[in-house]
Amino acid sequence: MIPAGFSYVRAGSVEEALDELSRHGDAARLLAGGHSLLPAMKLRRAEPGVLIDIGRLGELSYVRADGDRIAVGALTTHRILERDPVVAEGAPLLAAAARRIGDQQVRNRGTIGGSLAHADPAADLAAAVLALDGVLVARGPSGVREIPAREFFTGRHRNALAAGELLTEIRLPAAAGLSQAFEKFSRRALDWAVVGVAAQARPGGGTAIALIGMGPTPVRATAVEEALAAGVPAAEAARLAARGCEPPDNAVASAAYRAHLAEVLVARALAAL
Amino acid sequence: MIGSAVPRKEDAALLTGRGTFVDDIHRPGLLHMVYVHSTEAHALVTGIDTEEARSLPGVLGVWTARDFADLPPRPSVPGLERGYLAGDKVHYVGEPVAVVVAADRYTAADAARAVRVAYEPLPVMATVADALAPGAVPIFAPLPGNLALEQQVTPDDVTADLAAAPHRLRARLVNQRCAGTPIEPYGVLADWTGAGPTVWATVQAPHRVRAEIAERFGLARHLVRVIAPDVGGAFGVKSSFMPELFLAPELSRRLGRPVKYVETRGEHMVHTYHGRDQIQDVEVGFDAEGRILAMDVTITVNIGGVPDPVGIGLATLTSYMLGGCYRIPKIAARYRSVVTNTTPTASYRGAGRPEASFLIERVVDLVARELGEDPADVRKVNLIQPEEMPYQTPFEGIVYDEADYPAALDLLLGELDYAALRAEQARRLADPAAPLLGVGLSTFVEMGGFGPTPLFEQFGYLGGWESANVRMQPDGSVIVLVGTAPHGQGHQTALAQIVADQLNVPFDAISVLYGDTAVVQEGTGTMGSRGMPVAGNAVRQAAVEVAAKARTIAAHMLEAEADDVVPVGDGFQIKGVPEATVTMAEVAVRAFKPHLLPEGTALGLEHTAYYEPKNLSYPSGAHGCVVEIDRDTGRVTVLRYVCVDDCGTVINPLTARGQIHGGVAQGIAQALYEKVAFDPGGRPLAASLEDYMVPGPLDLPSYETHHIETKSSFNPLGAKGLGEAGATAAPQAVVNAVVDALAHLGVRDVEMPCTPERVWKVMHDAR
Ligand SMILES: Cc1cc2nc3c(=O)[nH]c(=O)nc-3n(C[C@H](O)[C@H](O)[C@H](O)COP(=O)(O)OP(=O)(O)OC[C@H]3O[C@@H](n4cnc5c(N)ncnc54)[C@H](O)[C@@H]3O)c2cc1C
Repeated sequence: MIPAGFSYVRAGSVEEALDELSRHGDAARLLAGGHSLLPAMKLRRAEPGVLIDIGRLGELSYVRADGDRIAVGALTTHRILERDPVVAEGAPLLAAAARRIGDQQVRNRGTIGGSLAHADPAADLAAAVLALDGVLVARGPSGVREIPAREFFTGRHRNALAAGELLTEIRLPAAAGLSQAFEKFSRRALDWAVVGVAAQARPGGGTAIALIGMGPTPVRATAVEEALAAGVPAAEAARLAARGCEPPDNAVASAAYRAHLAEVLVARALAAL
Repeated sequence: MIGSAVPRKEDAALLTGRGTFVDDIHRPGLLHMVYVHSTEAHALVTGIDTEEARSLPGVLGVWTARDFADLPPRPSVPGLERGYLAGDKVHYVGEPVAVVVAADRYTAADAARAVRVAYEPLPVMATVADALAPGAVPIFAPLPGNLALEQQVTPDDVTADLAAAPHRLRARLVNQRCAGTPIEPYGVLADWTGAGPTVWATVQAPHRVRAEIAERFGLARHLVRVIAPDVGGAFGVKSSFMPELFLAPELSRRLGRPVKYVETRGEHMVHTYHGRDQIQDVEVGFDAEGRILAMDVTITVNIGGVPDPVGIGLATLTSYMLGGCYRIPKIAARYRSVVTNTTPTASYRGAGRPEASFLIERVVDLVARELGEDPADVRKVNLIQPEEMPYQTPFEGIVYDEADYPAALDLLLGELDYAALRAEQARRLADPAAPLLGVGLSTFVEMGGFGPTPLFEQFGYLGGWESANVRMQPDGSVIVLVGTAPHGQGHQTALAQIVADQLNVPFDAISVLYGDTAVVQEGTGTMGSRGMPVAGNAVRQAAVEVAAKARTIAAHMLEAEADDVVPVGDGFQIKGVPEATVTMAEVAVRAFKPHLLPEGTALGLEHTAYYEPKNLSYPSGAHGCVVEIDRDTGRVTVLRYVCVDDCGTVINPLTARGQIHGGVAQGIAQALYEKVAFDPGGRPLAASLEDYMVPGPLDLPSYETHHIETKSSFNPLGAKGLGEAGATAAPQAVVNAVVDALAHLGVRDVEMPCTPERVWKVMHDAR
C-alpha cells in the first residue's frame, strides 16, 4: 500500500505531455484518473520513475457528434459518458458500460483513455468500444495515427501504443436508433466483470458482440456473429459464445464457469436486442 | 431512558471525520516501523541480509528475531511459546521475519523491500489433511507433530445411543476461514518516555494489554499507559497479542523516539489472525418425528502456523454450544486443533459459537430433509420450552437463562408469512423461467456476557467482571468511567441511558469515558458480547450507589428522613410535599461542602463498582432468510432477511438494531462471499479486498428486525448481549435457504461461501 518513490510532472498541454514522454522514455507513465495506475503503484506492481499527469488536460475531455461519428476525448470520465446526451443518443452501449464501472467515486475519476490504455481483460468500456468498432486516435512524436479497437488490445495489460504515444480520442460510428445490450456478471454488485458482454446491432444488419473476462484481451465473439449472420436462432448461436476463447482459470472463476457465463450472457444480450 | 432509541453520542464526531484513530496521532520525532513478512509458507531461514536496507538514508535500523531474544515471549500457551519474529524458520506467508524503523513510512517500506531473506523450502502443509498425513513433518518446533491439542470435551460415549436411535445420519460440515477486515487495520504507536511507555493501540482490552506489556518489560503497571483511542472496528481480531504491541514499545525504548506501526490492508489479510476454519464431522440419532436423541461431534480446527493461546482452544466454546436451543439429551464432543502453514486463527465475531450454531442448525435441516418433514416442525419438536428455563445443557456449567425459543420461532414464521413462501416456492419450481426460491431458518442461542472470572481467567484475563466509576460533577453533570473498550458498539450512548435512569439526570448531562488505563480504573474490555450484561450492570450498580448518596444528602438538605425523599423532575422532594424540593445540581454542590454534610458523610458524589456476572448470558432468537437462485448462473440473491432477537432488556433499540445489522451482514458475507483461501503451496489467494469478497451495501438486503424481550434473571439489568448474535445466526439461515432452494435436485449441502460458481456447479452436478 506504499508506492516506491517517483517524481511528478504536470503537463499543461498535449504537446508538453508528449515532450515529457520523450524526455523520460520508459521510466515515465501517464497519469489520467489514476484509478488503475495508483492502486498498481501502491501494490508495487508498477514502479514508474516519473508520473506525467495529464489529468487536467481539459482539451482532451469532450464528447462531440461529428457527422456519422462520435468523438470522445481520451480524458472524458466514465461519469460523463454515463450522462452525456450525445453518447446517450449515438452510442448508448458506451453509456451502459460506463454505468456499470465500479462505484461513483471511481466513475468520477476514471477516464476512457485510461481504461482502454490500461487494457484490463475485464474492462467494461473495452467491450463497448470493441463491439462498436471504435477507432482509437494516438498522437506521438511522429504524428497522429488511428488504431482500430480490434488491433488495440495486444495482451493482458498490453496495447498497441508505441513508445512516446498518447491516446487522444476515441471515434465511434454513430449507432443512433440501433439496439444494444450490455450484460455484466460480477461477484459483487460493485466489482469487475467475471465475464461481460457488449452487443450492438449494426447499421447494415448483423450484430457485433464483444466479450470481456474471456481471455487475455477483450475479444469479439466471432463464432456467434457468424452464426447469427447465417440465420442460426439467437439461443442456439449463443452456445458458441466461448468458441475460440481461452478464458482464464483462476481464483475468480474457473475457465468452465466463464465459458458457461459467456453463453448465458450472450443469450441474454441477444434476447434484449 | 432504557428502551429509548436515542441517537448515538459517538456519531457527531465520527461522521464529521473528527474521530481520532491511532494513525491520526502524531508525536514529535515520530518514527515508522514496517515488517518484512515471510514470502514462504514453510521454510528454513538460512540468512537475512540487512546491509542494503540499513544503508538507505532515513533508516534507523533493521532488527531480526535474534535482536529480541532477551524479551520474554508473547502471551502464549505454556510450552508453545512464540516469539516476536520468525527465527530459524517461517511457518506461514505473512509471518514477520524482520522489522525496519525509518524516519518516514515510505523509507521504511523501501527498506523492508531491500531486506533479503534466504529461505530453504520445506514441504508445505496448507490443509489439516496434509498436516495430519502420516509422515508429515512437524511445523511448529515445540510440538512433536501437527496435532497441537486433542480435547475430549465430554466424557460421554454415545455409540450405544446412536445405535439404538430409529434414524441416524452423518454429515461433514465446513465452516470456512474468514478475515475480520475492520475498516481500520491494526495500529500501534509507542512512546517510551522516562520510566515506561505510553502505547496507543487499536485494541479491545487496554488493561490486559498494559499488563502484558508491563510483564514483558519487567515494569510495574503504573509505569505503562495504554490508550485505545477511537477504534474502527475490531470483531475480535484486535484481541490477539500481535508482536507489534511489544515491538513498538521496545524499539521506542531503544531508539529514544516514538515509533508507530500501522498495518496496510495487504498485511491485514495475511498478518492479522483469521477466524473460524473448522471441519465438523457429525453423527446424529433421531426418532420418526425428528426428535434428536444423541449426537456425536468431532471438530477439526485449523489453527494456522503458530498456535495462538485463544485460537488453540476456541472449539471448547463450539462444543459447549453444540446443542443449540434444543433438548438433546446426549452429546459427545471432541476437537482437534491442528497446526498448518497458514496464518494463525483466533477470535472472530462470535469466536467459536457461530460454528456451533451453524452445525446444529444445518443438522436440524438435514434431519428434516431425511424425514421429509418441514424444518420448522422439526425445530418445534426439539426446542427447549420456556418453563424449562434455566436449562442445564449436557455440558457442566452451561446453563441457559430465561428465553422463549418457541415464541421467537412463531414470531419469525408469522413475519416471514411462511406458508405463503412455501406456496410461492412450489409455484416457481413448476415454472422453469422463474428463479428458484429457498427459505432458511436459524433458531439460535449463543453465549454472551463473558464471563464469570473462573472462565475468563482461562483466556488470560485478570477477571471476568467489569468496572465502572460514576462521578457527579459539582454542577450535576456526570462522568462515567468504564472498563470496556468499545469499537463501534455505542457504549457512550447505552451506558449513559442506564445512568440517566438511575440518577434522574438528562442524557445530555452524562459523558462516558473509556479506553485509557491512566484514566479508567482496572477494567476487562470489550469482547464476548459483554458490554450490556457485564459493564451495563457495573455502571448501573455504581449509579445506584451514587443515587442513594444523593438522596441522603437531599434528605439532609430538606431536613427529612432519606426514606421520605423521592426523586422528582430534576431533583428530589419530600414525599407528598411538592414545595419541599432540591435540585440535583444543589445536591451535587452540597456533596463538596464538608461543613454542610451530615456527620460522617464522605466528600464527593461518586462510586466505583465491580460487577462479577454469576454466569454467562445466552442471547437467542430466530432468523429467517429467503433467497432466490438464478437457474442459469447460480447466483444467490437474498430477497428477505428477517430477525427475531432476544437479547433480554433492550437498552437502545437503535444501537441494538445496528449490532444486528452488522452481525447479520458479516454472517451473510460468510455464507455467500468471503473465504480466506490458500493454494496447496500455502500462498494466500485472498490477500487484498479485490480478492477477499467483503460484500458492499448493494449486495446485502435491508433487514427486518424484531425483538422479544425475555429478561435474564442472571443479572439485574436483565440484558444478555447482542454483539455477536447476528453473525452467529445468519450463516446457516442463508445456507439453509440455499440448500432448500436446491432440495428438489437432491442437494443436501452447499459449502460456504455459496458463490455463484459453487451453486452452479452443485446444480450442474446434481442434474
Ligand atoms: C475500486 C475500483 C473499481 C473499479 N471497477 C471497475 C469496473 O468495474 N470496471 C472497469 O472497467 N474498471 C474498473 N475500475 C478501473 C477504472 O475504470 C479505471 O479508472 C480505469 O481502468 C483507468 O482509468 P484512469 O483514467 O483511472 O487511468 P490511470 O489509472 O490514470 O491510467 C491507467 C493506465 O493507462 C495509461 N493511460 C492513461 N491515460 C492515457 C492516455 N490518454 N494515453 C495513453 N495511456 C494512458 C496510464 O499510463 C496507465 O498505464 C475500477 C477501479 C477501482 C479503483
